Amino acid sequence: MNAPRAEFLDAEPLVRFSGVDKVYANGTLALKNLDLSVRPGEFVSLLGPSGCGKSTALRIVAALGHHSSGRVERPGEGADARGEIGFVFQEPHLMPWGTVFDNVYLPLKLLGKSRAAAKAEVMAVLEMVGLSGFADSYPRELSGGMRMRVSIARALVTRPRLLLMDEPFAALDEITRNKLSRDLLSIWQASGATIMFVTHSVYESVYLSSRIVVMAARPGRIIGELDIAEPYPRDEEFRLSPEYAAHCREVSALLARAMNEAA
Amino acid sequence: MNLQITAPAAAPGTPRKLPRWLAPALDVATPVLGGLAFLLCWEIFVRAFEVSRFILPAPSAIFAKLVAEFPVLLKALLFTATITVSAFIAAVVSGIAVGVLITQHRLTEKLVWPYAVALQVTPMVAIAPLVVIWVGLDRVWLGLMVLAWIVAFFPMLSNTVVGMKSADHGLRNVFQLYRASRWQRFRHLQLPAALPYILAGARISSGLAVIGAVVAEFVAGSGAATGLAWVIVESGTMLDVARMFAALLMLSLFGLSIWFVMGHVQRLLLSRWHESEVSQEG
Ligand SMILES: Nc1ncnc2c1ncn2[C@@H]1O[C@H](COP(=O)(O)OP(=O)(O)OP(=O)(O)O)[C@@H](O)[C@H]1O
Ligand SMILES: [Mg+2]
Repeated sequence: MNAPRAEFLDAEPLVRFSGVDKVYANGTLALKNLDLSVRPGEFVSLLGPSGCGKSTALRIVAALGHHSSGRVERPGEGADARGEIGFVFQEPHLMPWGTVFDNVYLPLKLLGKSRAAAKAEVMAVLEMVGLSGFADSYPRELSGGMRMRVSIARALVTRPRLLLMDEPFAALDEITRNKLSRDLLSIWQASGATIMFVTHSVYESVYLSSRIVVMAARPGRIIGELDIAEPYPRDEEFRLSPEYAAHCREVSALLARAMNEAA
Repeated sequence: MNLQITAPAAAPGTPRKLPRWLAPALDVATPVLGGLAFLLCWEIFVRAFEVSRFILPAPSAIFAKLVAEFPVLLKALLFTATITVSAFIAAVVSGIAVGVLITQHRLTEKLVWPYAVALQVTPMVAIAPLVVIWVGLDRVWLGLMVLAWIVAFFPMLSNTVVGMKSADHGLRNVFQLYRASRWQRFRHLQLPAALPYILAGARISSGLAVIGAVVAEFVAGSGAATGLAWVIVESGTMLDVARMFAALLMLSLFGLSIWFVMGHVQRLLLSRWHESEVSQEG
């Protein structure tokens, strides 16, 4: 296994799980003794078979779920730290009654910012996701990929330090997925946010991540981590490079081990 | 002959486009023409078989009665309409208010819901005498209003409750993520999500309010109530069937106009976002 990238070493972790367990009310042991640190600026993917607790872990980071034991440190604990975490779900989950602008403005509205004051920020993130021309459209008038962009813009509008993404591209076709992946990387580099990204796809995780955390199921646990020490920006060229293929093989092997251990 | 084809031939399989104005005109013209044809058959039937006017009067006779008695009928309609509309407004306001209140706290829902259901399943006819006694025989109109309200209330309540709970799970998570206050969640999530349900409830309620007002008048009816229902009862005792039909006609027209107004309000409020009101293009 590679050593962690030097640039992330010195910084204090943004997220730290120490010995975290999660038991659902029905008795399912979703996470067992999870240790995980994410440093500022990292792009960490959680990769693993279905049911290994990736979503559960992400929801705990966002405080949308509670852990049963262990310690969790995360940004946004302070009273005026709302908006430090953005969350993109597998489905866009937009308000059908609001325009694209209304939907992206929502987090700022909930934080008490007036529409006029938020206008510039909203338009700026819309620009960032390539939807400047669609501020007045309604979600039903957009394609699936565009809706997902709106959802990403909504998560970005508060300029979060941490962006959590739970299989955001899973419902999209491959062409759209590749395009959004590429855009996500440039947004990540432009915004300086830290990203935790859940996926099923080895290829997606290798292309995007600076580090991949592989999980196994029953009970959900981490069985290995891999650094993808390839320079950014990564373009289509990278997808065809031998390094990319080598990383994919490595990750696949680790994932295969995760599946075997679960079986 | 010199035939010049200017328009390109329509591709096979594509239906010919109707002019823009024609579709709505057809929507109106079709039922109207159908109705006229039906009236014509009716008129011919009555004349051909010389049906007694005490059983089935001809449409022409009904129309003549309608014209002759118009002031009386109009006054009766106004009475019924006032009862209906005020009962409907009361049902909308109270249904939404109670619906919103009981979805804010689980306990209130547990407390109120069974009684709301009980109110719904008890036949209005059975409560009518009691209500009339309570409000006093000199204020029968109030009794009618209460009875029509009881009938119209439940769809508003149940639709509001269902609508308030219908908000998308992921969106609720978004609100939770930014720690929205209870008021923000209500105002920006639950209420807009509930709006289509509330409007659908209002449409049902509006119809029920008409039925409630008329049935209440039948049940409570004495000389004190002077709505259309009473005109029908009165004409029945006098075997003036044409007058009964004339009153019925006014009643249906009134019901129809309420239905259309509610449909219009629904379209206006939901036009751009809700699937039920969005026409599929392409
Ligand atoms: N609300 C819940 N109540 C009970 N058990 C749950 C709940 N949510 C998830 N689980 C269980 O916890 C385990 C982990 O679920 P989780 O959704 O985190 O998996 P995942 O890795 O995100 O899977 P997928 O890749 O399919 O999304 C599963 O066994 C699941 O059945
Ligand atoms: Mg999941």
